[in-house]
Amino acid sequence: MLDIRNLHVELEEDAKPILKGLDLSVGAGQVHAIMGPNGSGKSTLSYVLAGRDGYTMTEGTAHLGDIDLLALEPEERAAAGLFLAFQYPVEIPGVGNMTFLRTALNAQRKARGQEEVSSADFLKLVRAKASSLKIDADMLKRPVNVGFSGGEKKRNEILQMAVLEPRMCILDETDSGLDVDAMRLVSEGVNALRDEGRAFLVITHYQRLLDHITPDVVHIMANGRIIRTGGPELAREVETNGYADILAEAQ
Amino acid sequence: MIARPNPRLQATTSRLEGLTLPEGGSWARAARSAALARVEGMGLPVRRDEYWRFTDPQGLVTPEPMPAAPLPEEEAPAFAEVEALRLVFVDGRFDPQASDPLDLDGLEIERLADVADRDIHWAQGLYGVLESEGQNPVLRPLAALNSAFATDGIVIHVTGAVSRPVHLVYRHEAADSDAMLHHLVRVDAGASLTLLESGPAAARFNSVVEVDLAEGARLHHVRTQGRDHDRRTATHIFARLADEADFRSFTLTFNGVLTRNEAVVWLNGDRAVAHLAGAAVGDGDFHHDDTVFVTHAAESCESRQVFKKVLRNGATGVFQGKILVRAGAQKTDGYQLSQALLLDERSQFLAKPELEIYADDVKCSHGSTAGAIDETALFYLRSRGVPESDAKDLLTLAFLREALQEIPDARLAEDLAGRLEGWLARRR
Ligand SMILES: Nc1ncnc2c1ncn2[C@@H]1O[C@H](COP(=O)(O)OP(=O)(O)OP(=O)(O)O)[C@@H](O)[C@H]1O
Ligand SMILES: [Mg+2]
Repeated sequence: MLDIRNLHVELEEDAKPILKGLDLSVGAGQVHAIMGPNGSGKSTLSYVLAGRDGYTMTEGTAHLGDIDLLALEPEERAAAGLFLAFQYPVEIPGVGNMTFLRTALNAQRKARGQEEVSSADFLKLVRAKASSLKIDADMLKRPVNVGFSGGEKKRNEILQMAVLEPRMCILDETDSGLDVDAMRLVSEGVNALRDEGRAFLVITHYQRLLDHITPDVVHIMANGRIIRTGGPELAREVETNGYADILAEAQ
Repeated sequence: MIARPNPRLQATTSRLEGLTLPEGGSWARAARSAALARVEGMGLPVRRDEYWRFTDPQGLVTPEPMPAAPLPEEEAPAFAEVEALRLVFVDGRFDPQASDPLDLDGLEIERLADVADRDIHWAQGLYGVLESEGQNPVLRPLAALNSAFATDGIVIHVTGAVSRPVHLVYRHEAADSDAMLHHLVRVDAGASLTLLESGPAAARFNSVVEVDLAEGARLHHVRTQGRDHDRRTATHIFARLADEADFRSFTLTFNGVLTRNEAVVWLNGDRAVAHLAGAAVGDGDFHHDDTVFVTHAAESCESRQVFKKVLRNGATGVFQGKILVRAGAQKTDGYQLSQALLLDERSQFLAKPELEIYADDVKCSHGSTAGAIDETALFYLRSRGVPESDAKDLLTLAFLREALQEIPDARLAEDLAGRLEGWLARRR
């Protein structure tokens, strides 16, 4: 599903290298987790995949299925089925959450040559998804993320994912800032979407999320590369021992 | 000794040469001569005047107007859905055939041209009176010019409950039309009116509205200034508020090579409220100037200014807004916000926000910003699949929405939001 080969990325601003030959392959139906010390480049990887400005790709490739992701505009990547739940969801004053969701859904459908969803169908769809995430009607009416608590913002990201039904979902620290109940809701939201045709890349610092969303593969990222790959037990190892041993071993 | 040419004197003399003081009854003749004397005394504005530092008044004072091609009337003109008493002006002349009869429960409504012929009329207590008062501390010569020479307009006295808004529809037909309109609105204690204005009016348009609100009186004023690109417009609103009076005014401007909208408001009675707001969008040689002067002269009054402009392809926006709090105007609540969204680097926003406060127990704040589209928000929208140009429109509309929210009637606000969407879509 997602295939990243030898990806090298620098900041456009000062040519500082951030990703230094990253390889990662996530198969359809799988959940992969990425853990790693602060500043190792996890969010940069997610932004680069989503198509944010400000980076230069100096080497390597990234494919979604057989689509060359790096050649597409951000909106084209979204229409192709890529979704990033942001580490820091953005507030957009003046744009209602519902308008935002409907504009996004219909834009993607249009790009894929599908018909727009009617207002009534859309309302039904959003209400159903929102209630399972315990997002109330008031939050849907408010401007996108404005005045939302940290946890509400994260749940709103999952709502967008549930409505847009992407096939490749990247979750950047969606668990941070969530209370225990919200963590369960979000995990259930993710698990409900797990199926053959969909894959997840879950960036997290904590084993706790992975108790709810059991990963197939766990990667450790440091200094712009994947330095170790293993099963769910790797996350538990990090939880107890930290990164010191793994980092030392990779040196 | 060689006399140095005096640009103000020259501009004033040549403008006045082509004009004759209209006939009229005794009160109107007196009011117009007094206004003419004011114009002669102060002279017309020139670029080096401090109050015109950011806006060149040239196109507003030349003897003849620059021609402006009128656009065909819109398929769905502004406020078409609103049931109102519609009064139509074509190139600045009232058109009785195209208008509804001057008859509406709860108010007396007359044409200025008729009122001015009378020897006695209540209008004499208002016509040119607020304009004249508004000449201090800053001169507004174009308003005095209007008081002297305007022959048409609407004179409204609201006495009770009014069932429908009054809608002044301004059509622009002749490419060289030069129009002046002078309206009076007096609202009795506890009465209220919604006044709508729409349309480009003329190639050059000079308008004055004098508003007198008694205790607890209310006026909601919403206007759109037409889409015709080459038009030049100078408007003045003078409003005087008694205790607990409530005045809201909103202006939407599309295009226009030169627009100067001045609002002068006196909060003379305790607990009076005045909200002034505007949204303006334009590109290229678009020049748009909001100049506001609010005086707090009583206790516990609230004033609010929210002005937003979207500028692109080298357009210019100007905001000069002042809140003056007189000694004794305790518990004043004054707020002022002016913002421009610059869609490219050639566009510019020039702002001069001012507070002048002589009372100690007041709450006043002001903010002025100019900035580009928020790149983070733009990326967020695009990452959800919204194409770049749609995402920019969405953010642009969101920016303007804060001003539209100042319109008390949500239906009117939606009508205008729809118009803005249309403008953005056409201008891609
Ligand atoms: N726009 C930028 N300007 C300057 N430095 C940047 C920028 N973007 C990323 N960096 C740097 O790149 C490195 C990787 O950052 P990134 O946000 O990808 O790390 P991360 O692995 O997501 O960290 P965390 O776990 O704290 O979220 C850091 O050293 C960061 O300071
Ligand atoms: Mg990060």
